[in-house]
Amino acid sequence: MRQPHAVLEGVTRVYPGTGDRPPLRALGPIDLTLAHGEFFAVVGPSGCGKSTLLELVAGLQTPTDGRVVFEGTPVRGQVPDGVGVVFQQDASFPWATVHDNVAFGLRQRGTPAVEVARRVQSALSLMGLAGFASAYPAQLSGGMRQRMCIARTLVLEPRLILLDEPFGALDQQTRLLMGDELLKLWRTTGATVLLITHALDEAAVLADRIGVMSARPGRLLDVIETHWPKDRDSRLLERPELAGITARLWAHLRRESMAALAPGGATP
Amino acid sequence: MTPRAVRSGVDGLLLAVVLAVIWEALHLVVGDLALTSPWQTALAAAALLRSPDFWPHAAETGGAVLRAYVLAVGLGLPVGVLLGAHRLSGEVAEPVLVALYSIPKIALYPVILLLFGIGMAAKVAFGTIHGVVPVAIFAMNAVRAIDPIHLRTARVLRLPPIALTRSILLPAAVPGIVTGLRVGFALTLVGTLMGEMFAAQRGVGYVLMQAMGVHDMKTILSVTLILVAVAVAVSVAMLRVDRRLHHGATPAA
Amino acid sequence: MSRAGWIRLGAIGALVAAVEALCRAGIVSPLRLLPPSAMVLGLGPLLTSATMLAQVARTLADVGIALALAVMVGFVVGAVLSALPRVRAVVEPLLVSYYAVPVFVFYPFFIVVLGLNRYPRIAIGFLLAVVAMIVSTLNGFDRVPPVLLKTARVLRLSRVETVRRVILPHAVLYVSTGLKLAVAYAFIGVIAAEFIMSGDGIGYEIAFAFNNFDNRTLYPLILLVLLVSSSLTLALHAWERRYVARQTTQEAR
Repeated sequence: MRQPHAVLEGVTRVYPGTGDRPPLRALGPIDLTLAHGEFFAVVGPSGCGKSTLLELVAGLQTPTDGRVVFEGTPVRGQVPDGVGVVFQQDASFPWATVHDNVAFGLRQRGTPAVEVARRVQSALSLMGLAGFASAYPAQLSGGMRQRMCIARTLVLEPRLILLDEPFGALDQQTRLLMGDELLKLWRTTGATVLLITHALDEAAVLADRIGVMSARPGRLLDVIETHWPKDRDSRLLERPELAGITARLWAHLRRESMAALAPGGATP
Repeated sequence: MTPRAVRSGVDGLLLAVVLAVIWEALHLVVGDLALTSPWQTALAAAALLRSPDFWPHAAETGGAVLRAYVLAVGLGLPVGVLLGAHRLSGEVAEPVLVALYSIPKIALYPVILLLFGIGMAAKVAFGTIHGVVPVAIFAMNAVRAIDPIHLRTARVLRLPPIALTRSILLPAAVPGIVTGLRVGFALTLVGTLMGEMFAAQRGVGYVLMQAMGVHDMKTILSVTLILVAVAVAVSVAMLRVDRRLHHGATPAA
Repeated sequence: MSRAGWIRLGAIGALVAAVEALCRAGIVSPLRLLPPSAMVLGLGPLLTSATMLAQVARTLADVGIALALAVMVGFVVGAVLSALPRVRAVVEPLLVSYYAVPVFVFYPFFIVVLGLNRYPRIAIGFLLAVVAMIVSTLNGFDRVPPVLLKTARVLRLSRVETVRRVILPHAVLYVSTGLKLAVAYAFIGVIAAEFIMSGDGIGYEIAFAFNNFDNRTLYPLILLVLLVSSSLTLALHAWERRYVARQTTQEAR
């Protein structure tokens, strides 16, 4: 059996206190294994540390306890090669055109110009932005900017793709379609995907496995397997098993979300 | 005192000390003729403040600045608010205001003198033209920047116009307006001073101009020190208000 | 031209026509105010006179030097301060209260140190403009959203690359405000210095014409200054709207 792609062993994250505030245990302890090429979703109540989890896997934050291992090597404060991240916030570079935004990472690596042009063009077409190559991000809608950021990440062919609520700003129908696109890209690239989302149906359709997090400090309460075929899309909504999965997710999350919202609870 | 207040007090002291040291160093390099030492300047300033000759000038300038500022705010604020509230007017006026802001007002000085003659009226006019434009511009931008969502909220709450203005428009726009008032004061002060420098027989600006004419650095610097102290004190007080109104966001200079 | 543009043109035209009428009707004496038509006509002999042109060139050159220095120094200082938050915290009150200081009083100091030439004037223009640049640069660096810095780390950019390819381009977007102010202040500083105590440049020519009751030269000169400074500022304003605006969202500006 092949080695796992990424592992979290006993990972916790405690934010140190400042003059005014005591230290905050945001997350953990978490044990999680990501297999090569799997699609793993994480759901959880507000403030449970989902984004922190993603940043720990990416190497953007260092665990206070435990360790993160990616492709056999420990991750220590630096983002390893082969990791791509799509953030929740708008990460577009406002001073560059859409084309230059998407080309940014490739140029950074010294990819020859012809290759850059080809790959950028193909990524933009894939994300439905082909006509907007010379526009600036400020001229695009929020959803289009997000698609551009996804294109910018994908064009670098990362082996592990981390997405932090990438479709949060989009309406439900667009989300479902974007989800289908994401699945297509996942199948084509064979990358491992870790998706943070608050939308239960999204997690249930897209993922092979779903991690359910508790209220802060977030721990993994359960990992639910969906057993979907690889060749899937949003038409899974028709399947009766889907309701069962979302019901199981909600059974956990209803309790945790109420705990998070209660006075003295963990909600930020 | 809170830790932050202590820290900013220490910072302020530190800044003053560093400036004084730089000043002394410069003085040692260029000599008394070019730059009086900090200590001599402080002594001269104290002497000025004790001298009965100084206060009539100070009063004259103070009166002029006050009048000019009241005019600048009285004209600039309503104009700015109206331009901000009425989109087309704002669009028409904006380039004009921007151009006015950048004009070297000193070029208009002869016009002011010719129109108003020598005396208090000219000083006040000069001070006013310096202050009125930033007050208007900041007020206009503050009102424009009010998020339309607030207006929609007001409609949902069925607020009558006066309540709308009082409880939503003004609180939303006041931080920006106050920044304009602060900048406007500084510029009115400098403008009035410049206005006093010519064709005036009284006022701090006149004293300054006399001293500049004979290269009396000690007087120039001691008067400037007093001026700066007053201006900075007012500015810091207004800044405190500005900061509180902005709830922690960095104010514009 | 947009609708607002036409309205603006119409309003200004009406104002000028009204002033013209007042002057021609004798309500305002030509000893006080020259009719606008005469001001414009007076530009002709001004712009064809070799000595005048030389003065204009001299002033523009001084403004240009002061501006270039202010932009470069201001940007660097702003960049450095944004990287040293402790130092910045100490210096910040100085920056914010800076424009309350009548900078022109240091003119005699600069004359003693730099000589009786163009450098004191440039120094004054520089001093006025540099702080506007520093403040807007700080603003530009402040506003780099954390998500862009995280993106730089995900793309595995080194610190130098992050500054060069992410922080700097972002800061530059917001520096246009400071640039506009710097242009205005450089102009104001140089011309004020020329006016107050100089033998050179347009400011001096204005003072000279005024002192000699030469309205026919005075008003066209003033008009020239107004035209030059306004067109520079408005050109920058228009550039900002076209190029910078399409790169920044409304909230970000």
